Amino acid sequence: MTTVAKEENTQQGEVVLRATGIRKRFGALEVLCGVDLTVLRGEVMCIIGPSGSGKSTLLRSLNHLEEIDGGRVELDGELVGYRQRGHKYVTLPEKDLAKQRARIGMVFQSFNLFPHMTVLQNIVESPVGVLKVPASEARATAMQLLERVGLDSKADCYPRQLSGGQQQRVAIARALAMKPRLMLFDEPTSALDPELVGEVLDVMKDLARDGLTMVVVTHEMGFAKEVADSVLFMDGGVVVERGHPQDVLVNPQMPRTQDFLSKVL
Amino acid sequence: MNATATEPTTPPREQDEIRVAHRSHPAWWLVVAFVALCVAGIVKMLFTNPNLQWDVVGEYFFTQRILKGLLVTLELTVLAMVSGILLGVLTAVMRLSPIKILSSTAWAYTWFFRGTPLLVQIIFWYNLAALFPKIEIGIPLLGPTLWSGDSNAVITPFVAALLGLALNEGAYMSEIVRGGIVSVDQGQHEAAVALGMRSRRVMRRIVLPQAMRVIVPPTGNQVIGMLKSTALVSVTSTSELLYTSQQIYNQTFQTIPLLIVASIWYLIVTSVLSVIQYYIERHYARGGRRELPLTPWQRVRRSVGSLQGRLQAVGEGSKR
Repeated sequence: MTTVAKEENTQQGEVVLRATGIRKRFGALEVLCGVDLTVLRGEVMCIIGPSGSGKSTLLRSLNHLEEIDGGRVELDGELVGYRQRGHKYVTLPEKDLAKQRARIGMVFQSFNLFPHMTVLQNIVESPVGVLKVPASEARATAMQLLERVGLDSKADCYPRQLSGGQQQRVAIARALAMKPRLMLFDEPTSALDPELVGEVLDVMKDLARDGLTMVVVTHEMGFAKEVADSVLFMDGGVVVERGHPQDVLVNPQMPRTQDFLSKVL
Repeated sequence: MNATATEPTTPPREQDEIRVAHRSHPAWWLVVAFVALCVAGIVKMLFTNPNLQWDVVGEYFFTQRILKGLLVTLELTVLAMVSGILLGVLTAVMRLSPIKILSSTAWAYTWFFRGTPLLVQIIFWYNLAALFPKIEIGIPLLGPTLWSGDSNAVITPFVAALLGLALNEGAYMSEIVRGGIVSVDQGQHEAAVALGMRSRRVMRRIVLPQAMRVIVPPTGNQVIGMLKSTALVSVTSTSELLYTSQQIYNQTFQTIPLLIVASIWYLIVTSVLSVIQYYIERHYARGGRRELPLTPWQRVRRSVGSLQGRLQAVGEGSKR
């Protein structure tokens, strides 16, 4: 494996998230066979690879949505999902797990907005309910975030009244409202009509420019090339190649990477 | 119609509104005639059959005894339904729990109370004293008795009826609530958990409100069913609506008119319940559809509005 490349803005090197030796199996199928990754503060990391390569599972194991069978995930140096007792890992009580998850934002392929709440209610629900932010303050923050994703006029709409692209932008605002340390994006544009992809990517580029730490599973090679600080190519549950987007996407060294890129580009 | 058929077919001008004419179905008139005859027959019977004794129906309809019976019926319905729903939510959540002992306890409860006839359960509770002359509350086999009482004093006919109805209802509601919870997309749970919510909050704020859309319609049926099931309680000599009517006709032998009195009251209450159910369903449809269905009142106003519009158009047309 090649060494991890670092961009200028991440060179101060504060590690936000570190995963080592992540293993996961579904029945007899080993989906992740020992994956390592390190995300620095302000870094945008894109994970690419063919479907079934384990990239979504990897992303979901980072905030313990997926229980892992081996390895460890650390957020700001703190073990995610478990507590170490001697040589054993003990599952964290739900309360502590929820606190860790609150520090990691997540955006899903299928948006998963709460359909029975308005856009504004979707965004303030967790800050008010979990972080105990005063309602008026949460609402003000929510309106700022909606303005940022260009949807302040839709605050009182229900999710089903919005287009897919608009729903995904609301979902991004909802995750940002928790002021997360980093954001995970699980194929955020894969469920969108082609003409709606751009508006979501634009919001994400904007966030990247502002220095948000992001891990993005994506099929958008253009986005990866333009925005990512590092790219990680996965296949068959392992990281095949990683490095600066110019290296991985333009000058791939491994045959499997070359093969995949020749199909998608 | 013939006129339009023989007219030369000119394509409608672009600014013309397209009118859709419904095709006529001659066979429908036969059905209409048949239904009309049946209705006429029933109406004639209602007016002419002297055994119905409408004067007796009118005489008893608002008497205090009947109204008191109705009140007991409503009390039983509300109390049994509320405890049934609470039991149902509790056992449904237990049933879906990953903790084996909780899910199997909930399963056993549903299995038993859904598997035995309600009437048998009611009679059983009513005769509980024959099985346990004394009721003691404490830790089984081990600890001291915390409370004890005479079964016949504790299990009054009303309590027996309530126990039977509520425990049975809980078993059915459990299945209904479980179906509702399962119908909510797994992604909703994931999104909520990823936002740092704990499972109780996820259930209360995210999953249950969405499950309500699936839960409410069958629950409405259950309420109406419950109202009628309370009639079974008459076997425990609880003076609800049916038992009160029975008591009266056992003295006066005016069986049919008093059964009619009871039936009309049941019909009135179920009709009111249906209207309430409609509005509750409408409330939980929020976000489910792009536009809410109209309330009956809005529908009336809209059709009156369009009728006015049409009348005005006709009026203006005739002026020209």
